[in-house]
Amino acid sequence: MAVFVIRRLMQSLIVLAATAALVFLGVFAIGDPGEMLIPPDATPAERAQVMAALGLDRPLPVQFVTFLANILQGDFGRSFVFDQPSIALILGRLPATLELAFVALAIALVLGLPLGLLAGLRPRTATDEAIMTGSILGFSLPNFWQGMMLIMIFAVWLGWLPSTGRGPRGTILGIETSLASWEGIRHLILPATNLALFKLALVIRLTRTGVRETMPLDFVKFARAKGLTERRIVLVHVMKTIMIPLVTVIGMELGSLIAFAVVTETIFAWPGIGKLLIDSIMRLDRPVVVAYLLVVVAMFITLNFLVDVLYSILDPRIRLGRA
Amino acid sequence: MTAPLLDVRDLRTQFGTGVRAVKAVDGVSFTVDRGEILGLVGESGSGKSITGFSILGLIEPPGRIEGGRILFMGEDLVGAPREALRRIRGKRIAMIFQDPMMTLNPVLTIGTQMVEAVLAHDAVPRRTAVERARDALGLVGIPSPDERLKAYPHQFSGGMRQRVAIAIALLHRPDLVIADEPTTALDVTIQSQILYEVRRLADAFGMALVWISHDLGVVAGLADRVAVMYAGRIVETGTVDDVLDRPAHPYTRGLMDALPATAVPGDRLRPIPGMAPLPTSRPDGCPFRTRCFAATDACRAEPVVTVAAGHEWRCHHPIREPAA
Repeated sequence: MAVFVIRRLMQSLIVLAATAALVFLGVFAIGDPGEMLIPPDATPAERAQVMAALGLDRPLPVQFVTFLANILQGDFGRSFVFDQPSIALILGRLPATLELAFVALAIALVLGLPLGLLAGLRPRTATDEAIMTGSILGFSLPNFWQGMMLIMIFAVWLGWLPSTGRGPRGTILGIETSLASWEGIRHLILPATNLALFKLALVIRLTRTGVRETMPLDFVKFARAKGLTERRIVLVHVMKTIMIPLVTVIGMELGSLIAFAVVTETIFAWPGIGKLLIDSIMRLDRPVVVAYLLVVVAMFITLNFLVDVLYSILDPRIRLGRA
Repeated sequence: MTAPLLDVRDLRTQFGTGVRAVKAVDGVSFTVDRGEILGLVGESGSGKSITGFSILGLIEPPGRIEGGRILFMGEDLVGAPREALRRIRGKRIAMIFQDPMMTLNPVLTIGTQMVEAVLAHDAVPRRTAVERARDALGLVGIPSPDERLKAYPHQFSGGMRQRVAIAIALLHRPDLVIADEPTTALDVTIQSQILYEVRRLADAFGMALVWISHDLGVVAGLADRVAVMYAGRIVETGTVDDVLDRPAHPYTRGLMDALPATAVPGDRLRPIPGMAPLPTSRPDGCPFRTRCFAATDACRAEPVVTVAAGHEWRCHHPIREPAA
């Protein structure tokens, strides 16, 4: 286990370094930051002075090393727009996105697992067909359209729920969250549902397929021959078996929920990192974009690692030491 | 004479419905007495495994028991409520499966899978259940059972896994164990060990055993009585001595001749010509007539069962006349 952790950490560092290089080169290729920072009427001498002050006159490899060295010291550059360290901006917005993503994931699991089980245990019945049709809608209707429909139905027509923004926050167990008050929860319901719909469809399908593949196996029949109740067979024998593929996919999907909550956050004006990214791209606020990409990559690497560790707990046949 | 432990009468199990239904078991009747070992012999597809699963009510859709009765200690298991069947499974009738690599859940420990089997039928404290599981492992010859309870199936060899499956089957000291080719997937040396263990344990606990096999040699050394199945029916039943030494049905004779152990050294083995008919295209009358050396036009009619002193066969042209 220790060997596995150390090796994975080394791999992660290599991936991070490679990403940093890609991001740096990508930003370099987009264009000359001088065009945006320096007024068009500046003289060539003034221009050269600014470029020298920003270090932009030095050769590319030197700039890259400086960039890496700064990152290692926790300096991701300052936002042009907010004039704050870009990493602080992102970390300041991250809790809102994490809250949205975890609530969405919880909705997807709490509804998806039972529905998938139900469909898988009663294949080709009306129940199964209804659930599967619903999940096709969840898959194929565009996310932004689902969001607009949610706003139209629940905020505009019925007037039950607010359509934009994050509600008041309170503290639960030292974490600042909207879940502390009913008003905060009301603000969370629509965006979280919107973000959850696609994942819900995915969880339903994965669970159903897993159940359908596991039920005919010999060990299920043997469990029946032992006289176990159907309840124990499904909840212990079948569920534990299908958790393995489910954990893999959900682990990766959680990353994408956080990284790409962009659409939902834009529609519902949710003050998270997705909305910050869109705003920064529009304003060409490069340090924020770079920091965002690096944070997202680091997050994916961490999630990947956690999934691997969870795997070894769920499936005893996996030996992490030899991975 | 007391009633038999298990009395299967005209059991019919089929898959699908209507004209395309596959009659896997087509009117099977046999009995098993307390403590008796019955060998159920036949080729692949003869319906012997389906017969075993039917007794435990483990036939899943699209399959179903179409007719007949399965009387276990006088109670009909056909059409019995699910919960009543569950209480019998693993408690009064246990089953051992063919492939030990597939019968244990790979993600649960041996201990979990044994303890849940105890708790499914007996409301005992967890510690008692663990002790019973450990004792059962010791009984089937698994060394250091305490540690092995914490192990997962992949840490066992095939033979050891089959011992675990047998230990699970014996947890409740059932009256009847149905063993579906439990040694077929194992090495020959392991086979004989498992056979010996099962025989010893069946004797020790007075369990009746239905031993399903395609191997007449195995059955000859183990069983008290033999039932030979062909195309969803039993074609010959009797004591091991009657059936194997004086077979009446040409099919039984053919199976014997195909056994390497009974052949004269140097002679060619004599396999039965042709293949067992598919359940969808069985000949009318006697289903064996297309492969039988003794077949005549008379075989187009359904053969009736002849009974002679506990030896029964279903054939128009039995090989020998019953001894007086």
